[in-house]
Amino acid sequence: MTKISRRNVLTGAASLGLGMATTGRASAATKLKAAFVYVGPVGDFGYSYQHDQGRLELQKALGDKVETSFLESVPEAGSEQTFAQLARSGHDLIFGTSFGYMDPMVKVSKQYPKVKFEHATGYKRTPNLSTYSAKFHEGRYVIGQIAGKMTKNNTIGYIAAFPIPEVVSGINAFMLGAQSVNPGIKLKIIWANVWFDPGKEADAAKVLLSQGCDIICQHTDSAAPLQVVEKAGKHGFGQSSDMARFAPKAILTSIVDHWGGYYIKRTQAVLDGTWKSTDTWGGMDLDMVRMAPFTNMPDDVKAMAVATSAAIKADKLNPFHGPITKQDGTIAAKAGEAVADKDILSMNWYVKGIDDKLPS
Amino acid sequence: MSSVFFQAVAATIIASSIPLILAAIGELVAERSGMLNLGVEGMMLMGAVCGFIGAYFSSSTLVGALCGVAAGLAMASLYGLLTIGFAVNQVAAGLALTIFGQGLSGLIGAHYVGLKRDGAPHLHLPWLSGLPYVGHMLFGEDGFVYAALALVAGVAWFLRYSRAGLNLRAVGDNPASAHALGMSVGGTRLMAVLFGGACAGLSGAYLTLAYTPFWSPGLSAGRGWIALALVVFASWKPWRVVLGALLFGGATILQLQAQALGIRLPSQMLSALPYVVTILALILLNLRRYRGSLTPAALGLPFVADT
Repeated sequence: MTKISRRNVLTGAASLGLGMATTGRASAATKLKAAFVYVGPVGDFGYSYQHDQGRLELQKALGDKVETSFLESVPEAGSEQTFAQLARSGHDLIFGTSFGYMDPMVKVSKQYPKVKFEHATGYKRTPNLSTYSAKFHEGRYVIGQIAGKMTKNNTIGYIAAFPIPEVVSGINAFMLGAQSVNPGIKLKIIWANVWFDPGKEADAAKVLLSQGCDIICQHTDSAAPLQVVEKAGKHGFGQSSDMARFAPKAILTSIVDHWGGYYIKRTQAVLDGTWKSTDTWGGMDLDMVRMAPFTNMPDDVKAMAVATSAAIKADKLNPFHGPITKQDGTIAAKAGEAVADKDILSMNWYVKGIDDKLPS
Repeated sequence: MSSVFFQAVAATIIASSIPLILAAIGELVAERSGMLNLGVEGMMLMGAVCGFIGAYFSSSTLVGALCGVAAGLAMASLYGLLTIGFAVNQVAAGLALTIFGQGLSGLIGAHYVGLKRDGAPHLHLPWLSGLPYVGHMLFGEDGFVYAALALVAGVAWFLRYSRAGLNLRAVGDNPASAHALGMSVGGTRLMAVLFGGACAGLSGAYLTLAYTPFWSPGLSAGRGWIALALVVFASWKPWRVVLGALLFGGATILQLQAQALGIRLPSQMLSALPYVVTILALILLNLRRYRGSLTPAALGLPFVADT
């Protein structure tokens, strides 16, 4: 493993590190070289951390045939150079894990047709650039049901990052889950307009508690809201990784991104020569979304959460199965139908029952 | 609205203002001596990570806070060496300090991500904490809150009434004259820069020990820069730093409250509100100011004595 950290050394030194990684290649000439590019620090204990856990899983499974490395905290603007440099320095397979890497990766993939590229959460593909993402909203449906059962005053707080389809579909799935067990549920939504600012996220949690929410759900990356909730003796959920250590008494469960299986499968395909450019959008069925242990809840709620997760995993339950009515009263999916994947991936409307205006 | 709700809101506003007050009051002193240190964000991050590690191993918030102060001092002495010792451009040195602090704090803290400790205990003052309405709000905070207010009061007194404070201001306004009068320009400026570093370090320690008690890279999220802007906003007057920080913190919290209440304004606009309020206040202050400002005349200018 070669650790090249963009955040810890200046850019110039990082390029030097890349150069050194290349010189070390002779000893491992037979190994496939896979590189991972993260938008945040691997130490965020959230999104980028989970991708790196996937890389470690790959290293463990195929370590005798693959050499992995990563770059952390790579800004989306200017990432083109990073990808080109990785391709030039002899990497065979390059994973980019942030939406904003999309156009740079498309461009670089055309310049280096022999290198295989994989882009998370994007939608543009080329013959040597695949896309992959996870159905995070499946987990949100499960925690919505738990929140619906656990709330005492039917008021739930929701800290959201940005009004993009991934977050909006998460809110809708959460609300549909909550409504399925508790039709009178109310949702108070705060748009933090950041993915990561522990102070602001904590403030948002405090504000929601002061307005009477007894369960706080977050779609931002730090564990700060959970710590606030723990101190106040209320309940919350973890995001991206299992955050139980931050709030052992308050946490109900976490939605855990699990990339390892996908990374192993795709790397194996390169080794076998069967790699093709595809799009993968997996949920619990492909083990890309997992639920952390269900804790701090009565047995009947836990049994319900386990059953719901199992049904989603077995493809027997789709959170966006109709009938679904939009906030404005129009029909999104009739009974017996489901909202189409492409409509979930571009979702810009709320379901009925959410008393908030979606920022446009 | 109940008084419980009101107190909760007020306590949140105070808590979010403290890191700004601490960092800004230190920078204010440095700037009054003519030193423009743009490295506040970097010093804060170093204070945050070292404070957390110190408290983690000692299980003491006080030791953690002292470690944060020490880290801020170390960073500031580096800046002092460059700008006072070698008369390097202050802006460049400050920016370098911020970048350096961001990187180094990430490196030092790599093994401490994901660890947590309990927040700093709230110190209840006898009798005062029990006062109706304001008691819990004003006198039920953690030690950092009292430290911040004591620092502001101390700085205000120091700059206005003490001989050393007068010297410091003289050095900031006219280092050549101060030097001719026999004052040590470099020495005074170094002390001011070190004080600024200590305050920024303490502010960082507040983040990881009281505000959000865990360490994560970059967790100051730009608060160092806001502190820098607050010094200008306060027109280099200590108590106005408190006013500005409360205004900024208040706007931040109130926009979150408005969102949660379902007030239908675009959230992006609400998120920008604290910054808009700050800019408007700056303009108003400038319009009202009919006489010369307190801007240190030699701010940002290196001083090398002819010998």
